[in-house]
Amino acid sequence: MQLNRDDLMKAYRLMRVIRVFEERVRDEFEAGRIPGFVHLYAGQEASAVGVCMHLDDEDYIGSTHRGHGHCIAKGCDATAMMLELFARKDGLCHGKGGSMHIADFDKGMMGANSIVGAAVPLAVGAALAAKTLGKRTVAVPFCGDGGSNQGGVLESLNLASVWKLPVVFVFENNGYAETTAAGWAVSCGDIVNRAPAFGMPGIQVDGFDFFAVHEAAGKAIDRARNGGGPTLIEVKVGRFFGHHEGDSQTYRAKDEVAELRRDHDCLKIFRKKVEGAALLEGEQLNEIDRQAVALVDRAVEVARASDPPEPAALFQNVYVSY
Amino acid sequence: MARILTMRKALSEAFHQVMAEDPTVIMMGEDIAGGMGAPGELDAWGGDLGITKGLIGKFGAHRVLDTPISETAYLGAAVGAATAGLRPIAELMFVDFMGVCFDPLLNQAAKFRYMFGGKTKTPLVIRTQFGAGFRAGAQHSQSLYPLFAHIPGLKCVIPATAYDAKGLMIAAVRDDDPVIFFEHKVMYDEVSDDVPERSYTVPLGEANIVVEGDDVTIVAIGRMVHFAIKAAKQLAKEGISCEIIDPRTISPLDEETILESVERTGRLVIVDEAYPRCGMAADISSIVAEKGFHALRAPIRKVTPPHTPIPFAPELEDLYLPSPEKIVAAVRETVGAAQR
Repeated sequence: MQLNRDDLMKAYRLMRVIRVFEERVRDEFEAGRIPGFVHLYAGQEASAVGVCMHLDDEDYIGSTHRGHGHCIAKGCDATAMMLELFARKDGLCHGKGGSMHIADFDKGMMGANSIVGAAVPLAVGAALAAKTLGKRTVAVPFCGDGGSNQGGVLESLNLASVWKLPVVFVFENNGYAETTAAGWAVSCGDIVNRAPAFGMPGIQVDGFDFFAVHEAAGKAIDRARNGGGPTLIEVKVGRFFGHHEGDSQTYRAKDEVAELRRDHDCLKIFRKKVEGAALLEGEQLNEIDRQAVALVDRAVEVARASDPPEPAALFQNVYVSY
Repeated sequence: MARILTMRKALSEAFHQVMAEDPTVIMMGEDIAGGMGAPGELDAWGGDLGITKGLIGKFGAHRVLDTPISETAYLGAAVGAATAGLRPIAELMFVDFMGVCFDPLLNQAAKFRYMFGGKTKTPLVIRTQFGAGFRAGAQHSQSLYPLFAHIPGLKCVIPATAYDAKGLMIAAVRDDDPVIFFEHKVMYDEVSDDVPERSYTVPLGEANIVVEGDDVTIVAIGRMVHFAIKAAKQLAKEGISCEIIDPRTISPLDEETILESVERTGRLVIVDEAYPRCGMAADISSIVAEKGFHALRAPIRKVTPPHTPIPFAPELEDLYLPSPEKIVAAVRETVGAAQR
């Protein structure tokens, strides 16, 4: 897929909205206005956006506990998401899901998932449905390096290959499963090394480079859409925050996050590339930055002022009928 | 003119009818056809006990999917496909295998509608075999349905007749919630009764009063219904009139029918093949103790296996299971006739 100016603006806008959204979620969480837990996606934006730029509402993604970025990249409404994180009745899931269980099936977003690796078989099923119903849609399960070691994920790689399903497995390797280093827990070193064992192509990409992710995902998604079967993509990324907000991160190297922010910020790298090639001007990008802040400001303002679910909601939607 | 079919034939007929009437119904499981990729014949088994034989020939390999032995992946895929426009029937060969693959049901299918605020539905049937009596030992004989009834968001069906097996299966496939359908492996050929040829449904959540009676209510589940019928015949000779209730679905559970019966009889015996602790017998007992205590004229009696794994030796397995004799003894105790 060739990227025109509108595509570039869209990609930058989505990445910036995710960054601003996550930084504000951290602030609101620290101020005690968001219940539960939050796992922030900041630093990994190029992965979600690079992949989802190729997808329509009819295509499916599955996500992880670190799902806000995937939601925004797939087109979920940022205000409805913020309302959900605040546990408000007008949230995307009416305040009954929260950060780790946020979904929007109208946008093909099958849900963040607080069980590590659990969205992978679900997405394989969405791909099976597409194939059975004769649709050209694809399914993309996002999974972390921790999830890559789950039995159900390994089974799913095999099953998708056996059934030759339109799935693109995206493993976002941010180096840590909670506190445990991927270099220690992934026996074969790089997750991409597992692809040949499951009879599918594997690609490893620099997840700080939107263009690298976009190109790799485009090829894999085209292949899946055209009946070529599944592909495994390992996206090497880094997270700017802890496993969850409040994580002291003592397991990380001293200057690790500072270095990530300085040398491996996907937004800075994107700006440098498009400005350097004179594809977009700095002021256009600055304007997008301002719009992203305004959007998230507004989302927080609405979320703070909104109501929690009614008590009756406790009993609603356990079943369609019972 | 009666049309007597085994539970095996009744279920097979249900599958043929639901798959013919709805192209979004697919089926998946291990060896549900059999012989996939092998040099010999396809549809070699038609399921480990032959229940799904013939379906792949009729509906094709794109709707009748054999799977690798990967229960987490294919149950998860069935759940995902259910949210994406299909009505999958996935077979978990034996319910004992749930130990390797609970998450797609426990944390995914059961929760979606609630935690996503009503925005999706998961129309899915998981078929699975349960029950002792095949000398199959501790890992192929369990009656684990209480594990599923415990979970809000799942429905649990346990047919005791061929008629109910067909009607409940068609209802389960058309239902918009995830349904776990428990088939007793011994009953496929042990049970046969009158089954109409047409497609029909038996509603989920309605108990069947199998036998009407006045002196004692016996609630029995699955194969235990037939043990209860045998016991009731013996007890009738002694002048004790038993009312036998088959819940047919344990989630939803038709509490009303059970409570109404106990209201009349004043006595309750519950017969269940599941382990006694936190099982259906304990659950029904607590419901009646809480809501029907005023009507009880004798303590509630439970007839269940002991709280042990299922033994292999035939002598021990027979000792383990409830039996008509054990039911007779329990009923006699509740009517104060133990010495008779």
